Amino acid sequence: MNFLPEASGFAPRIDGLFYAMLGLSALVVVAVFTTMLVFAIRFRRGRNVDRSGESHRDLGIELTWTLIPFALFVGIFAWSIRLWIDMRTPPGDATTIHVVGKQWMWEFEHLDGQREIDTLHLATGQPVRLVMISQDVIHDVSIPAFRVKQDVLPGRYTQMWFTPTRPGTYNLFCAEYCGTDHSRMGGAVIVQTPQDHARWLASHATGSLAEQGRALFTRYGCAGCHDARSSVHAPRLDGLYGSTVPLADGRQVLADERYLHDSITLPGSEVAAGYAPVMPSYKDRIDEADILALVAYLKVRGTDRETPHASR
Amino acid sequence: MLPAEQAAPSYLTDGNTLRSWLATHDHKRIAILYAVSITFFFFLGGIAAALIRLELATPAGDLMSADTYNKTFTFHGVVMVWFFLIPSIPNTLGNFLLPIMIGARDVAFPRLNLFSWYLYVAGGIFTVACLLLGGVDTGWTFYTPFSTMFSNSNVMLTVVGVFIVGFSSILTGLNFIVTIHTMRTTGMTWFRLPLFVWSMYGVSLVMLLATPVLAMTLALIAAERLLGVGIFDPALGGDPLLFQHFFWFYSHPAVYIMVLPAMGVVSELITAGVRRRIFGYRFMVYSIIGIAVIGFLVWGHHMFVAGQSMYASIVFSILSFIIAVPSAIKVFNWTATLYKGDIAFGAPMIYALGFVGLFMLGGLTGLFLAATALDVNLTDTYFVVAHFHYIMVGGSVMAYLGGIHFWWPKITGRMFSEAWARFAAILMFLGFNLTFFPQFLAGAEGMPRRYHQYPAEYGLLNILSSAGAVLLAASYLLPIGYFLWSLRFGERAGNDPWGAEGLEWTTSSPPPTHNFEAPPVVTEGPYAYTHP
Repeated sequence: MNFLPEASGFAPRIDGLFYAMLGLSALVVVAVFTTMLVFAIRFRRGRNVDRSGESHRDLGIELTWTLIPFALFVGIFAWSIRLWIDMRTPPGDATTIHVVGKQWMWEFEHLDGQREIDTLHLATGQPVRLVMISQDVIHDVSIPAFRVKQDVLPGRYTQMWFTPTRPGTYNLFCAEYCGTDHSRMGGAVIVQTPQDHARWLASHATGSLAEQGRALFTRYGCAGCHDARSSVHAPRLDGLYGSTVPLADGRQVLADERYLHDSITLPGSEVAAGYAPVMPSYKDRIDEADILALVAYLKVRGTDRETPHASR
Repeated sequence: MLPAEQAAPSYLTDGNTLRSWLATHDHKRIAILYAVSITFFFFLGGIAAALIRLELATPAGDLMSADTYNKTFTFHGVVMVWFFLIPSIPNTLGNFLLPIMIGARDVAFPRLNLFSWYLYVAGGIFTVACLLLGGVDTGWTFYTPFSTMFSNSNVMLTVVGVFIVGFSSILTGLNFIVTIHTMRTTGMTWFRLPLFVWSMYGVSLVMLLATPVLAMTLALIAAERLLGVGIFDPALGGDPLLFQHFFWFYSHPAVYIMVLPAMGVVSELITAGVRRRIFGYRFMVYSIIGIAVIGFLVWGHHMFVAGQSMYASIVFSILSFIIAVPSAIKVFNWTATLYKGDIAFGAPMIYALGFVGLFMLGGLTGLFLAATALDVNLTDTYFVVAHFHYIMVGGSVMAYLGGIHFWWPKITGRMFSEAWARFAAILMFLGFNLTFFPQFLAGAEGMPRRYHQYPAEYGLLNILSSAGAVLLAASYLLPIGYFLWSLRFGERAGNDPWGAEGLEWTTSSPPPTHNFEAPPVVTEGPYAYTHP
């Protein structure tokens, strides 16, 4: 790439594949253009050349020039799939950063509670997983210098991951058309050295996201029903994250981020077995950023990571 | 417009009143009606394209407001896709040539054919009115929930217009399929059909099977927007990705609605320019059918980063590599047809060869986008914009214009200025590449599409692209001039000015109302050129 830096672990691997594809395509183009040119000159009208005879051995020729390029391109496909699976499989040690997109801004929330608008601070060498949701229409986080892009949907978490490798400031775009100010919905990704990044995090520290979630849990009155001492028969939430929940309709679901989110916004859709569907929907009463904090809190509630300053 | 001293009676002299045109059942006159109306829409869409390129000449959004820009590219997309590209070749050249090429008097349902044109015109006027009076800012893709719950523009009425024009497609497809099945003349067996007829058959199947899905999807948009039924918006309990599945289930095959006819045209142009049988006729036929069928199975490659499952994307990726095979067969066979040919480089041949080159670049860059890992970086950037313009403008529009030049003497009975036509063809090829090649680079560098303003580092590439658009615009205006000139001053064309084979060249130019004096009898396969 010309002026686009390779600033993530994926970037050189994707560019390698890109250039392999470019090389193979160039080969095909040169072969076809050369053949056309030679025929066009040799057999142009008015030139006295041997034009007799039909070309009969169709099948052999057709198969040769079809299957050989196809096999080469299937090689590219296999290479691409390997890379693709890596790109879709975040490693266990990735730091989670929550992203909320809305017309027309980005909100980023670090686990330790730092919030940023339209700017994202990252450290080199640290794998990052972005867990993203939109508050209105479909958006898309695109960071060309990292060669990553992922649509951000309303009502559903999507994720992507990468490891920044080069300090610098890079373009952040919204890549899915989202209305009037689509082309202004962007900003900067600032990649720092781990030391600089630690300093940045420390200087912007607030309560951790899970702590903010705990406060919201009380403020929105969740504790009124879900607390152990409550008189309402509601599911206990301690240690819920990551467990398998039997549902009233006989299905079982994994209590992941999606399940926690949907249980807040669409509580009637997946009712835990043994409980009456009495919880009201909080869909328009809690914005996505607060839901993210609540989810972050629920993920640690009742675990040994629930104590302050130990959430990661 | 046509001179009164027309020699022999023809479909053009069979009635001179407005009524004789607007109430005609003659497939050839209906083709002319379509030709005039799609040309109108092409220039409307072209004006929008010019405004877009003018705005993007500088990085700042300084010519129009963001909303106006968004409405302009939506206008460009909607008009070009549904009111120019999809009807272009099938409804003009297809309508005119299909019955003649199979030795028939007309299509199977002439009244339905006229009705299709009225549907098209009604849908077109309705849509353009909505787009101009208030406008629509969703992009031609109408992605939900933006289009259903958030856009404050004329989505509802535009959707109705596109819905109407969809039925024009469906009815044309139905008409062509029945015509090809039932109206072939004596001796015109399936494997003696010219490839253009085969391409019309393939495209008709796709129109008939895919367009109803578009109609249904648009109806669902209307239901959500108007009645608040939750289908696509998660806030109402819907699923936004469902819309994309429905939309691309139609709109990917729609790409083949645009390009299959172009392939058919180019096969006719090249064989006539080379005076030689097409190389691998049966492979050409199978690849048309292969493209039409596999075209229905690759829609998910538009959704690799949309939130579709990783495994679904892998399946759609390999299917998208596979559909490149029949297209590659066609490119190789066109090239091989040149071998031992008697090649003349008239304007139609220049367009045809231009098509092959640009289509190949468009196809190969399509493989970049079919490779999931590369698509992540390239999708929703100008790389995609360049890719599909290589297919649709470099491919379909070049082929359409090549076809218009090739059959112009047959349609009007007059020859155009060959020198001007060659000049326009070459200018178009150069202007096209200057416009769209830089967009590949901008996209590979990450420039997102549908951006009203953009970072300054993409400035140079955009200046080149806008400069190319000037050449391209000139090359589209030129043919209007020399074609109009030819109507009055052009030499009279004989039955077969190019020395081409095919039933359409055996009848007079322009053909009589019922195409042939007596039903022709076919005794051999197409492209029966003998060596000089």
